[in-house]
Amino acid sequence: MPKLTIDGKEIEVEAGTNLIEAARRLGIEVPHYCYHPGLSIAGQCRLCMVDIEKTPRPSIACNTQAADGMVVHTDTERVRDTRRSIMEFHLINHPLDCPVCDQAGECWLQIYYMKHGLYDPRMTDEKVHKPKAVPLGPHVMLDAERCILCSRCVRFCDEITGTGELGIFHRGDHSEIGLFPGRDLVNNYSGNVVDICPVGALTDRDFRFQVRVWYLDAARSICTGCARGCNIDVHVNRRRPHHAEGKRVARLKPRFNADVNAWWLCDVGRYHYDFVDAPTRLTAPVRRNNAGTAEIAWDEAVSGVAEALRRYSPDQVGVLASPRMANEDLLALRRVLEARAMRQVAYDVPPPALAEGDDFLLRSDRAPNRRGAELIGLGGDTGGLMASARAGRLKCLWVFHHDLLASGWPAADVRQALDRVETLIFTGTNANAISERAQWVLPAAAWVEREGTFTNFEGRVQRFRSAVEPLGQALPEWDLLGRIVAALGGTPAGGRAELWFRELVRTVPAFAGLSYQAIGDHGQLIPGATSAGAPTPPGRRVKVHG
Amino acid sequence: MRLGRRFYLSEVVEGVVLTAGHFFRNMGKHIAHALGRKSARGAVTIQYPEERRPYSPRLRSLHRLVRREDGSPRCVACMMCETVCPARCIYIVATEHPNPEIEKMPERFDIDLGKCVFCGYCVEACPEDAIRMDTGILEFSSYSRRGMIYTKETLLALEPAAKDGRPTSPVPIPATRTV
Repeated sequence: MPKLTIDGKEIEVEAGTNLIEAARRLGIEVPHYCYHPGLSIAGQCRLCMVDIEKTPRPSIACNTQAADGMVVHTDTERVRDTRRSIMEFHLINHPLDCPVCDQAGECWLQIYYMKHGLYDPRMTDEKVHKPKAVPLGPHVMLDAERCILCSRCVRFCDEITGTGELGIFHRGDHSEIGLFPGRDLVNNYSGNVVDICPVGALTDRDFRFQVRVWYLDAARSICTGCARGCNIDVHVNRRRPHHAEGKRVARLKPRFNADVNAWWLCDVGRYHYDFVDAPTRLTAPVRRNNAGTAEIAWDEAVSGVAEALRRYSPDQVGVLASPRMANEDLLALRRVLEARAMRQVAYDVPPPALAEGDDFLLRSDRAPNRRGAELIGLGGDTGGLMASARAGRLKCLWVFHHDLLASGWPAADVRQALDRVETLIFTGTNANAISERAQWVLPAAAWVEREGTFTNFEGRVQRFRSAVEPLGQALPEWDLLGRIVAALGGTPAGGRAELWFRELVRTVPAFAGLSYQAIGDHGQLIPGATSAGAPTPPGRRVKVHG
Repeated sequence: MRLGRRFYLSEVVEGVVLTAGHFFRNMGKHIAHALGRKSARGAVTIQYPEERRPYSPRLRSLHRLVRREDGSPRCVACMMCETVCPARCIYIVATEHPNPEIEKMPERFDIDLGKCVFCGYCVEACPEDAIRMDTGILEFSSYSRRGMIYTKETLLALEPAAKDGRPTSPVPIPATRTV
């Protein structure tokens, strides 16, 4: 393994590591635009110049592999001068309207200008004008003037999605990013080009002009769009409620995890957060009876539901759990079932149409925690449960999240089952046809409003953290279920998600040895599970022409 | 204290004499001034609001939004003023401008003058010179908090003050103002 010296610090790296990565490991930042660890090396931007001893001129760090005995300087007068000149080149035709640009605040041109530029512009000629606000596809907007032609987006479409919609057209300072004729940037990963764009050339049509980025707070989280559980950052706007019509969740951004999603996130997951701030959110417990519908306090709702569960024999109560619930919630639900020795539980409600996965990150199973529900032992015969409801053997049905009338079951069957059930209880985040007719509605906090863990399809347990406060009186499910456990005479694990997780680790062997600390930011596999790592992008697979 | 003083009678008389003295002396001066003796100057009261004291040219008065030639706001909804505002009294909602060269414009631009501290940071922060505090208008009041919120349309309709600092636009009465 080559051993080299960067700014006087020695480091040993694997053969083939480039100087940007080697320096990063020493905590030294080499500024760059076109280099991205997930893409091939282009050497377009020339910003990552470093001095290498015994080399006559500065060289680009991205395309220089570490060699034994190499002595690299990243902060000499000559390097600083080179960077300043290259910044000046990049900004020759770049419009100087940062306040209007949506990227302002997270733009690498701004950051590096303040760090490495700070020259007085010498450009006196009219700047070259290019098309502005050009929609490239359903999610991405292009401003060709702001583009610095780093080609990251072009390489992304070639190497990751393998769809190749984008290219660089024309020559010299008239070069611009564009779509090939007849193409649109329509692929399931198009949102990623916005993330990797270092400047404001590609912006998200969904997020554009909604909130300025400096108003946003971020929390580490897990995508709930499918069973893969891609790592994400949830960006929320809590300080300026008049922006984006009061929507708190502004956008989801992928977070690097080498074993799950690498740097990427699919569009299905990226835009799967509308329900959090939708007007259909349930914000207070509701009791519905002959006297009418009334919003009630939690104490009343908890004792009411506990009393309803006690009224029936355990065999008369059916519970439809949801694979959208976190591990902690599922354990709390199991404690509720155990408190009354109820056995009729299932989580597998067929979707109206089988969702399609793709050949990269997106899985056809669109629930984030099916594996968790299975491991915690809530799997049961869903069809049988519904059949006994239709036959009138169930007197009480407790539905979590599912909209049974919009499921794969025939609506007439579901309606018949619901009509024969005496007490219908609904727990979920948003109102649906079930919550509209339930006698008891217990509002649950959405995943961005609370802590918890999901188990992905490989058996990787990953933590998500709370980004905003729960809406209205909504509570995390482990909390509301814990209160019902207490009302039924049991002992809930505690008032924090972590305490429920500790109990899960203690009592369910599949989770043995895990802890919130060990899960950390990148998740931990349950004992016995193996991970195939992040899948190879379609664009990187060997193409066989036949 | 002497008994006579305790009744404050002498003080009352002294006060009346002093006040009347000022009154008649000033009246005499004003009459002399009116008859042509310009050196005689009595005490002056400014007949506000018909008369005003001269304002300093750098006075920060009611805000206005500057218009483009076509009458649309010059503001590009960059939120610099909203960000810098220490009182958080500016509320902007951005929307796409039909002209991609301009890109962005405010759909809503409200200033809550009940919260504003008239620091003038919004004027300094504005990269487009789209907000100014030069209307010369200092009198705005309302019977409700809601009435202190001035909308984009109201702020756009205001004109700069005249050279002498007098406002040229009438004091705006927001539509929501309740009497």
